[in-house]
This record gives sequence, structure tokens and C-alpha cells, in this order.
Amino acid sequence: MSKALRYGLLALLSCAFLFPILWVIISSLKPQSELFTYPLTILPQNPTILNYVSAFASGDFIAYFKNSIFVAVVATLITITINVMAGYALSKFYFKGRDFIFYMMIGTLMIPLQAIMVPIFLLLKNLGLLNSLWGVIIPPAATPTGVFLARQYIQTIPDSFIEAARIDGAREFLIFRKIIAPLAKPIIATIAIFSFMWRWNDFLWPFIVISAKRKMTLQLALANFVGQYQINWANLLAMTVVTMIPMIVVFIVLQKYFVTGLTAGGVKA
Amino acid sequence: MSLYDWSILSGSGFVGFKNFEKLLGDAMFWKTLASTFVYVIFVVPLLVVFALGLALLLSKEGKGMGLFRAFYYLPTMLSLIIVGIAWRWILGFDLGIFNYILKLAGQKPVSWLTNGAMANASLIMVTIWTRVGYFMMMFIGGLQAIPGTYYEAAEMDGATKWIALRRITLPLLRPMILVVVVLSTIEAFKSYELIYVMTQGGPGSSTKFLVQYIYQVAFEEDRLGYGAAMSVVLLAVIGLFTAIQFIAQKNEYTNE
Repeated sequence: MSKALRYGLLALLSCAFLFPILWVIISSLKPQSELFTYPLTILPQNPTILNYVSAFASGDFIAYFKNSIFVAVVATLITITINVMAGYALSKFYFKGRDFIFYMMIGTLMIPLQAIMVPIFLLLKNLGLLNSLWGVIIPPAATPTGVFLARQYIQTIPDSFIEAARIDGAREFLIFRKIIAPLAKPIIATIAIFSFMWRWNDFLWPFIVISAKRKMTLQLALANFVGQYQINWANLLAMTVVTMIPMIVVFIVLQKYFVTGLTAGGVKA
Repeated sequence: MSLYDWSILSGSGFVGFKNFEKLLGDAMFWKTLASTFVYVIFVVPLLVVFALGLALLLSKEGKGMGLFRAFYYLPTMLSLIIVGIAWRWILGFDLGIFNYILKLAGQKPVSWLTNGAMANASLIMVTIWTRVGYFMMMFIGGLQAIPGTYYEAAEMDGATKWIALRRITLPLLRPMILVVVVLSTIEAFKSYELIYVMTQGGPGSSTKFLVQYIYQVAFEEDRLGYGAAMSVVLLAVIGLFTAIQFIAQKNEYTNE
């Protein structure tokens, strides 16, 4: 394939991948009247942020936004703490059944939430976690993927660091805080980004847990909005763009990994 | 739970395998299971072919390649809810831009989401759009692990690019292809969000898949035991495909 043809194809494909996202952003800046008149205009004739203003003004949107931020941030903090501790224990402590525990944890990755959502629902009901943001945050906090990443990374920290600290009389928790955590910073950053992304985009888990309107996250609220008989597209498009923004920011932070060719699914940071 | 007649409102009791017996006679269960299989059968090969194609186009380092990769990866970072809303806006019958372009070209508008067959095709297309970047990155990783010297040697022996692709790239990439096939199969069986936002299972029940039906039966109709029985089937199907992966992988190693 000639070079020109190849770049032409790549550019065309870029349009296919970017256009839908751009179209939503462009549409969200059109006043209501322009959204629903023929002929369609590509760029807004009278760009406006009115849709955003009315979306934020319409009652619960700010609450949804707060809920989403709360869930994503708190869940990420808990996830990092649990994952790094578990990763440390599973890589640097030698006890019976350690590998078995590790493989059991990884094994749970094979079981999709979709297949166990019915018993999960009952369990959360009995725990009194239904319709509570904590019900969204706590159960999925100890992600096996995160434990796996943390364990693989902490394994590369030399044992001698830990032994030296022990000889100097450092307590276990101090070793964790002063040696392991600082050295594991790169993997902590990776887990933080992924966890934030997962929680922000998560739908099915909150969908099972939350039914009260005030407790909804953005994703739930958006889905709920689309389910209505008459969709208020002007508001919905603005809400969609706002929900997209954090992921676009993460994307911009991450894109240097793509550009420098550090690949393997972006996991191998 | 699948062995109980379980309900939040009217309590629960042990019923043995009654729920599974009921499944056998449930036409909607078979219909959703069949729809799910059709969806999986289309999505998985298309995803693998497109992801591999993109990876081949992008695996060599060159100017702008990183940027292209990033562009193709972007949709995978958005939630399926957002993806579904965006495409529903684009595919709208009266005001969607796709039909507008068709009209400009003198064609009749298409009912992308309101005709059974088209709605399924649209779902498959959007699934590919939003997931292909993820698997593309896995393939790029696999391609970059193949030593360049293999290709140089092949070139010296007079092999064309096509032969190099068939005799070097594909055989060496086989383990990765297997992983992608299995991951995308599991993913496709689980799909829920996109359908929920784009078609709500409609028109009629033409895009209602298994997970949709489980949710409806368990949570909307309060038949938790029956929903659990269907979940067991879903788990078994996914488990079966995972097992096939492991067996295939084992054969791969023993053949070498």
C-alpha cells in the first residue's frame, strides 16, 4: 500500500471515530430551534450555552454530578488502599495458600456481574445498602485487576529493602507507608486512572443498587432521561457532554502513552 | 437461588428444578437467547477482523501513528450510555444526520432503530465502533513483539507482503487472536447498556437479549428465582466459551 493511500485511509477512519463525538458536542451548542429545523446546519448558526444552563438549572443535575464525583473519588481511594495492600501481601509475604488466594481472586474476573446480579441484589438488600451510594462504592472496590497489577509491580521491588527496614526495627505498617507505597507510585497512578474511569462509566452496578432519583449517578440519570417518552434532546446533549468531559481529560493525560508507542492496552504503564 | 421460587413481595420457597423446567417452555427465553447468539456471531468476527486490520495499518512506527491510535482508542473510554445516546442522536429517523445525508443524496431515509433487522445491524455497528480500539491496542502489542528480522529474512527470500502476513504474522499472532476472540465473545454475551439506551429491546422484542430478559424477569417482575435460573444458563454459556479457549490454548502449546 502506498504511503499516501495509507494516510488517506487512516485520516478517513479518524473521521469515522471522531465524528459522532464531535457531532454531539456541536449539537449541544445549538439553540433548541436549530436542533429541530430543516435543513440541518453543520455548525451552529447561533452558538449558545443555553442548553447547559437549563440542564444545570433543571433540578437534580447538580445532585447527579455530585453523586458521580463522590462515587468515583471515594471508590478510587478505597480501591488503591485495598489493592496496594493486597498486592504487597500477595507478593512479599510468604504464607501457606498465598498463590491459591491469588488465583481465586483472579478467577472472580471470569464471573460477569450480569450472571450474578440477582443474588448480589438480595445480598445488598439484606445489608441495607440498596439506594445508598456506599452500596455502589464498597462492594466492587477491591477489583481483582487492580490487585493483579499491584502484585506484579510490587514483586519487582527488591526484598532486601524490606529486610533492611525490618533489621532497623521498622514496624510493618511503617514499611508499607515509607517503602512500598512510594516505590509503587507508578502503579498507584495507573490504578487510580483506571479505577476512576471504571467508576465514572459504570452503569450496571449502580443500576442494580440505586432506584431513588436523588441518589442517581450521571450515567443512571442519562439512561433514565433517554427512557422517557419525550426526550428533551437539548438538555440531554448538554448533559452528555458534561459527563464526557472527565473521560476526555483522562484521555488527554493518557494520550502520550499512545504517541510514544507504549502499548499493550495501556495497562503496562 | 435458581432452585427457589423467590420473590421480594410474596416470599420464597424451594421448588427444585422447576425454574429450569419452566425455562424450556419459555418462548421469550429462547428468542432472547437466539438473538444474543446472532449478535455474538456477527460482533466477534467483525471486531477481530477490524481490530487486526487497524493494528496492521498502525503497527509500524511513523509520523502521526500515535495520534491515529489515540483517535481510534477514544470511543472505548466513553461509557456505553454516552455512546448509545450519541448514536441514537445520529441515527434518529427524522432529525438524525445519517438520514439527512441520505436525503441530500436523494435516497429514502432508513429506520435505523425502529425496524427489527436494522436495529440489530445498528447495534452491531455501534458495538464495533466503540470496542474496536481496545482490541486494536492488544493486537498492536502482539505485532510489536514479533521480531523485525523475521520479515527481513522473508523479504530476502523473495516473499511478498501478503505471504509474509499469512506465513509469519498470523501464525505468530494466533495466541493473541484467541485471547481477543474469547474476550470479545464474553463481552458480547454480557452486553446490556448499549441496548438499554439505543433500542430498549425494541422494536417489539427484536433486540431484547438475554441480560435484558434476566433484568426484566428478576427486577421488574419480581421473579428472582427464575431470573437466577436464567443467569445460571448465561454463566454456563460464558463458562463454556472460556473452557474452549483454555483447551485450544493447551493444544497450541502441545503442537509446538
